[in-house]
Amino acid sequence: MKRMRVDSTVIVLGILLLTIVVGAILVATVGRSFFSPGNIRDILTGMSVLGLVAIGQTLVVLGASLDLSVTYVMSLASLIGATTMAGNPANIPWAVTLTLLVCAAIGLANGLIVTVLKVNGFIATLGVGLILQGVLNTSFQGSAGAVPWEFQLIGATGVGPVPVSTIIMLALAVVVWFLLSRTRTGAHLFAVGGDPEVARLSGVRTRPPLIAAHVMCSLFAGLAGLLLASRLGVGSPTVGQQGGYALLSIAAVVLGGTLLLGGRGSIWGTIGGVAIFAVLDNVMSVMQVNPFLKDVVRGIVIVAAVAVYSRRAVVRRRSRFGPGGTRTGGDDAARAAAPAMAAASAALDPAVASEGGAR
Amino acid sequence: MNALRTLVSPRGAVFLLLIVLLVTVTILNPTFAEPGQFMRYIQRVAPVAIIAIGQYFVIIAGEFDLSQGSLITAQVIIAGNLVGQDDSRTVPVLLLMLVFGALVGLVNGLLTTLLQVPSFIVTLGMMLALLGGVMWWTGGAATGNPADSFRQIGRGGIRDLPLIDFLPWSVLILAGWLALGIWLTKRPYGKVLIALGDNARATRYAGARSWWITTRAFIISSVSATVSGVLLVGYAGVHPSVGRGYEFIAITAVVLGGVVLGGGRGWIVAAVAGAFVLEALFLVLNISGVPSSLRDAVQGVIIIAAVAYSGVVFRARRRTTPATASPDQGKGPDAPERTGAHTSAPRPALTPEGVAETRGD
Repeated sequence: MKRMRVDSTVIVLGILLLTIVVGAILVATVGRSFFSPGNIRDILTGMSVLGLVAIGQTLVVLGASLDLSVTYVMSLASLIGATTMAGNPANIPWAVTLTLLVCAAIGLANGLIVTVLKVNGFIATLGVGLILQGVLNTSFQGSAGAVPWEFQLIGATGVGPVPVSTIIMLALAVVVWFLLSRTRTGAHLFAVGGDPEVARLSGVRTRPPLIAAHVMCSLFAGLAGLLLASRLGVGSPTVGQQGGYALLSIAAVVLGGTLLLGGRGSIWGTIGGVAIFAVLDNVMSVMQVNPFLKDVVRGIVIVAAVAVYSRRAVVRRRSRFGPGGTRTGGDDAARAAAPAMAAASAALDPAVASEGGAR
Repeated sequence: MNALRTLVSPRGAVFLLLIVLLVTVTILNPTFAEPGQFMRYIQRVAPVAIIAIGQYFVIIAGEFDLSQGSLITAQVIIAGNLVGQDDSRTVPVLLLMLVFGALVGLVNGLLTTLLQVPSFIVTLGMMLALLGGVMWWTGGAATGNPADSFRQIGRGGIRDLPLIDFLPWSVLILAGWLALGIWLTKRPYGKVLIALGDNARATRYAGARSWWITTRAFIISSVSATVSGVLLVGYAGVHPSVGRGYEFIAITAVVLGGVVLGGGRGWIVAAVAGAFVLEALFLVLNISGVPSSLRDAVQGVIIIAAVAYSGVVFRARRRTTPATASPDQGKGPDAPERTGAHTSAPRPALTPEGVAETRGD
C-alpha cells in the first residue's frame, strides 16, 4: 500500500501494540521477561485454537450472520477425531477426513437453515448447537478415544518459538484472506453481507456465499476441535463449551473491526483481536491474577477496545480502487479522480459521510 | 373462523403452539389442568417470562442484552450474602438490588448509545465482568441463605383461596410486570422505541432522543432481570449456577413470540407467550419420557422449526400484500388478515422491512 489508510485493522494493530507494551512493562515489574522464547510460545499457542474459530466466525459475520454452534462442533470434532483414530497412526488421514466431512455437513445445515428457511443466524445456530448437545449427550458419556503420538505432535511441537499449530492457523488465515480479496465468492460474501437486497438486484445469487461461509466456519471449528484433541490426547464432549469459544470468537471478530451487521471487515483484524486476547491472558497468568478477576478485566478490555474505534468514522469500506480493490489497472486515473469524487459525494449527502460511525 | 385464521397466522403461531403443548401436557398428565397445578406452572414460568419482557424492550429497539443471566446470578449472590438471617434487612437489600440492576442497565445503555459500541459486545463484556466480579467477591463459592421473608417472595403466596387454592406472589408479580409492560408499549415511549428499532436514522431525524430511549430499554431489561433474580432466590436458592444461560432462554422466548431480531416488530404478549411455550416444552419433554440426554436436541429442533414457520409464512403473506402495506402490520395477532388481497403483480420483498429482517443485528 502506497498510501496509508487509517482503517480499523491499523487501529487494532495499534491496540495490540499498546497491549504488548503495557503487558511487557507489567510483566517486567514482577521480574519476568515478556519476550522470552517460552513466553512468546505460550502466547502463540494461546492464539491458535481461538484463532482458528475466529477465522471461520469472521466469514460468517461478514455475511451478516452468526455462528453460536462452534463450541459444540469443536467438542464433536474432538470426539469423532479421537475415537476414529483410536490410538492407531494409520487412521489419522481417515479420521481427519471423516471429522471434516461431519463438520461440513453441520455447516451446510446451518447455512441452509439461515438462507432457505430464513431463520436468523442467532436462533438457527443456537438451535443447531442444542441439537449437537443432544447428540453429544446421547453418544458419549465422557472423554473418549485416543490420539496417537504422531497426531499429538501437531499440538506439541514448534519451529523455534513458533508452534506448528499457530503456523497452520496463520497459513489458513492467508488462504481465507486470498478467498475474501481475490475470488468471486469472497466479493459476493461482502456484497451479501453489506446489503442482501442490493446484492440480489445486482445479479448476485445471495445464498451460495452465505452457505459457503457457514460451511467454512464449521470446518474451522472442526479443525480447532482436532487441535484440542491433539493437545488433550483424547476427545472430550465439553471441551468447546468450557472455553466459551462461541462468544469469545465473536468478540475477537468485532474487536478486529468487522461489523456485526456484516459487509465490512478483514481477516487480519480478527487475528489482531485474537492476539490481543492471547497477550491479555498471558500477562494475567504471569501476574497470577485471580481467575475470576481475569473475566472482569477481559470484559472491560473487550468493551474499551471496541469503543476506541467505534466512536470515530473510520473508513471500513474496502478500497474500490487501487490494490486490493475490485478495479485494478486504472490506479492513477482513480487516484486523480478520488478528491473530486469525495467532494461530490460529500456535497450530495452529508449524512453518508458520517454514516460510518452511526452504528 | 377469524380467530382460527389468526392462530394459524405467524403472529398467532406462538399461541397455537402453546395450546398444543398445554393440551399435550394435560393428556399425558390430567392433573395438570387442575387450577392449583396450573398456578404452579405459571409460578415456574414467571422468572423466565419476566426476563423475556425485559429482553423484549431491548430487542424491539434493535439491540441485544446478553448480560441478563449474569445479572441474575449476581443478584442472587448479593441477596444470599447481604440479607443473611436478618428479616429487617430484606427491604433495604431489595432496594439496593433494584438500584444495582438499574445501574447495570444504565451502564449497558450508555456504552451502547454514547460510545456506540455494538450492544452485543457491551453486554457480552458486562456478562463476563459481572460474573467474574461476583465470583471474585465471594471467592467462587456462594454462601448464605437469605431470610425466609426474602424467600417468601419467590415461593410464597396467598393461601386458602377458593377454586385455585394457592396464588403465588410470583404470578401476581408477573401479571403486574406484564401489565406495566403493555402500558409502556402503548405510551409514546413504546411507540418511539419500536420506531427506533425499525429505522433508527429516520427516528432520530424525527427528533427522538435516541440515546436516552435506548438506554431506558436497557434499564428495563436489567431491572426485569433483578426481579427475576429475586423470584429465583425463593425457590432455587443461592447458587452460582442460578441464572446461567437465561439470556439465551429469554432471547429464544422473545423470538418464538415472533419478535424480529434487529428490532421494529413484535408484540410483548407474544414474547411472554414464548416464555410459556418454552416452559411447557420442558414440561412435555419431562413427562413424556424423552431421555434427558435427548431433550436439548428436541428443544433445538422445535425452536428452529417454530421460527422458520413464522418466517416463511410471514414472507409468503407479505408477497401478496399491496405495496402500500403499513409498516405497523402484524404488531399483534389481531392485525388485519391480508391473505385475500391479491395484487395484480406479486411484489418481491422490496420493502425496507424485508432487508432488516434478513440482516439481523
